[in-house]
Amino acid sequence: MTTAAAPTQLGIDVAGARRPASLWRDTFSNVFRQRNARVGLTILAVLVLAAVFADVLSPYDPDKTLLGTEKRLTPPCIHVLGCAADKPEHPFGLDANGRDEFSRVLHGARISLQVGFITVGFAIVLGMLLGLVAGYAGGWTETLIMRVMDVLLVFPALLLAIAIVAALGPGLINAQLAIGIVAIPVYARVMRASVLSVRENDFVTASRALGETAFGLIFRRILPNALTPIIVAGTLGIAGAVLDIAALSFLGLGAQPPLAEWGSMIGQDRNYVFTAPHLIWFPGFALALTVFGFNLLGDGLRDALDPRLNR
Amino acid sequence: MTRYIIRRLLITIPVLFGVILLVFVIGRLLPGDPCRILLGERASDAICADFNHRFGFDRPVIEQFTTYLGNLSHGDLGSSFRTSRPVATLLIERLPMTLELSIYALLFATTVGILLGIVSAYKRNSAVDVLTMAGANLGVSIPVFVLGLLLASLFALVLKGTPFALPPSGRLTPGLSIVPLAVRWGMENDHGPLRAIVDFVSNMYSINGLLSAQWNVFLDAIRHLILPAVALGTIPLAIIARITRSSLVDVLGLDYIRTARAKGLGDRSVVRKHALPNAMLPLVTIIGLQIGGLLSGAVLTETIFVLPGVGLATYDAITSHDFAVIQGFTLVIAVGFLFINLIVDLSYAYLDPRVRPA
Repeated sequence: MTTAAAPTQLGIDVAGARRPASLWRDTFSNVFRQRNARVGLTILAVLVLAAVFADVLSPYDPDKTLLGTEKRLTPPCIHVLGCAADKPEHPFGLDANGRDEFSRVLHGARISLQVGFITVGFAIVLGMLLGLVAGYAGGWTETLIMRVMDVLLVFPALLLAIAIVAALGPGLINAQLAIGIVAIPVYARVMRASVLSVRENDFVTASRALGETAFGLIFRRILPNALTPIIVAGTLGIAGAVLDIAALSFLGLGAQPPLAEWGSMIGQDRNYVFTAPHLIWFPGFALALTVFGFNLLGDGLRDALDPRLNR
Repeated sequence: MTRYIIRRLLITIPVLFGVILLVFVIGRLLPGDPCRILLGERASDAICADFNHRFGFDRPVIEQFTTYLGNLSHGDLGSSFRTSRPVATLLIERLPMTLELSIYALLFATTVGILLGIVSAYKRNSAVDVLTMAGANLGVSIPVFVLGLLLASLFALVLKGTPFALPPSGRLTPGLSIVPLAVRWGMENDHGPLRAIVDFVSNMYSINGLLSAQWNVFLDAIRHLILPAVALGTIPLAIIARITRSSLVDVLGLDYIRTARAKGLGDRSVVRKHALPNAMLPLVTIIGLQIGGLLSGAVLTETIFVLPGVGLATYDAITSHDFAVIQGFTLVIAVGFLFINLIVDLSYAYLDPRVRPA
């Protein structure tokens, strides 16, 4: 984190006057100077590749049971690591239904990443709209919106999500909806705070004086300048969303079997923790790695984008 | 200060109303006929009419809400759809277990978290600091249920037979029984609020064991709580360690610390007497916020370690579609959390005069 001081100085300088158009490129190089962000990006790149090429990389169909030819709950077997050559190779073993665990974990990456992005995307769009309206309109509109957000924030996130999904009925879509709703206040608050601080800037007053419409002011002047904190909160938010959706699936409220979702896989096989621990280890490790990646990237982004936090 | 307290209390009222309204609305989200969902597709019309009448689903929504509010005002959280037992009774039975677990988890998280944070800030950028912060990053990334299962398999299976082995489930070793405090203290014929409090405390097995000097029960209860408390406390621990570190680093850079050093005070004394008290301020808020996470994490932890608290009751309610229980639990936790936040804000204002508007 000591390395961050210099680039920030540079960032302020550049954004100030000389090369205003290169703000984004500059931000990018700032991010790459953060060790956390680099590690996070690397982890996420691997996961994205695994998700995209899951069909090519997985040796078996994730939903196909291999019973009849092989025994269920077979522990991992990797030929290079000394597993007998006459046994079929299963790097992560077989699950309780005789499905190849490696193929399932790979396909789980696809689901968790998708679910994370969609959920947080939904929350960000709604949260930003509410925050923009609240911050720009002020008065009663603001009070009403922000009080509703306060109410949502009172609930521990996972618990409110459990209540919502329990009412709507279990399923991955409903779980995403619940986690998305619960996350809205975070973005609404961040957005409103940004709008309030950006609104007072001279360049906004100047554009208003030049006859910019309210719509133009919001979307051309205020929004772009309020985006950075949203990006940081969103990246950290994906980590939280992936965790919470996995938790809902673990409880049987999210993804339903036989879908290869990590939380649901762990929930299904948790009674085998003593007899076939590989069924917990591998999806659990994949889940932790994904969350770790987003957390590191989020921290790195925050350090790179917010000069006040640099130390 | 009084004006601040009054204003803060006044803000709480509409939020409290909003919380109740939201829980009520979620309860009405049940798609389709609640009776058919709970009693099955083949429930006859007569049974359903009776069911709907008993739980008030046949009345206008506004009326349902006012009834709900009225019931809440005297502590009636409704009845379980499955067993018809009052939800409030169920919660009172189960809450001590959850509270006990949360207290130990929070103790673990704050003591270890603050210590690690201080060491990290004090030895900033050293190997210890980098390792601790990487560990903290990893700690917030491991799902409670994965960590719980890993701890269980490590301490109950891998370390089986060694002195480090710990039980992976339940509250007490089978065969060991616990005498309720009310029985021990000869209060069986009491039925007042005092008895209720005694019963509540009595249900926290470790405290019961301690108060009644049943040492084997006390130790056994603690041994059963170690793994769940560590699993539940790890995420808050990581967050607390990070906040302690960054807060202390901020404070150590301030002028008054330089003054203290210039006076010739030693490093330890500067950190302990001058920096720490101020650096601890943000922690009050953060620890308050973690309590919400602990309570929802309890659903996962109790499910894994088979601890019969509210979390496990919620899990059972989820699997049996007993929405009344989930609703009651959500409301109680949210209201509790609301008041914890209130206390945190007020104590913050007490501790830090800058927050307190004149």
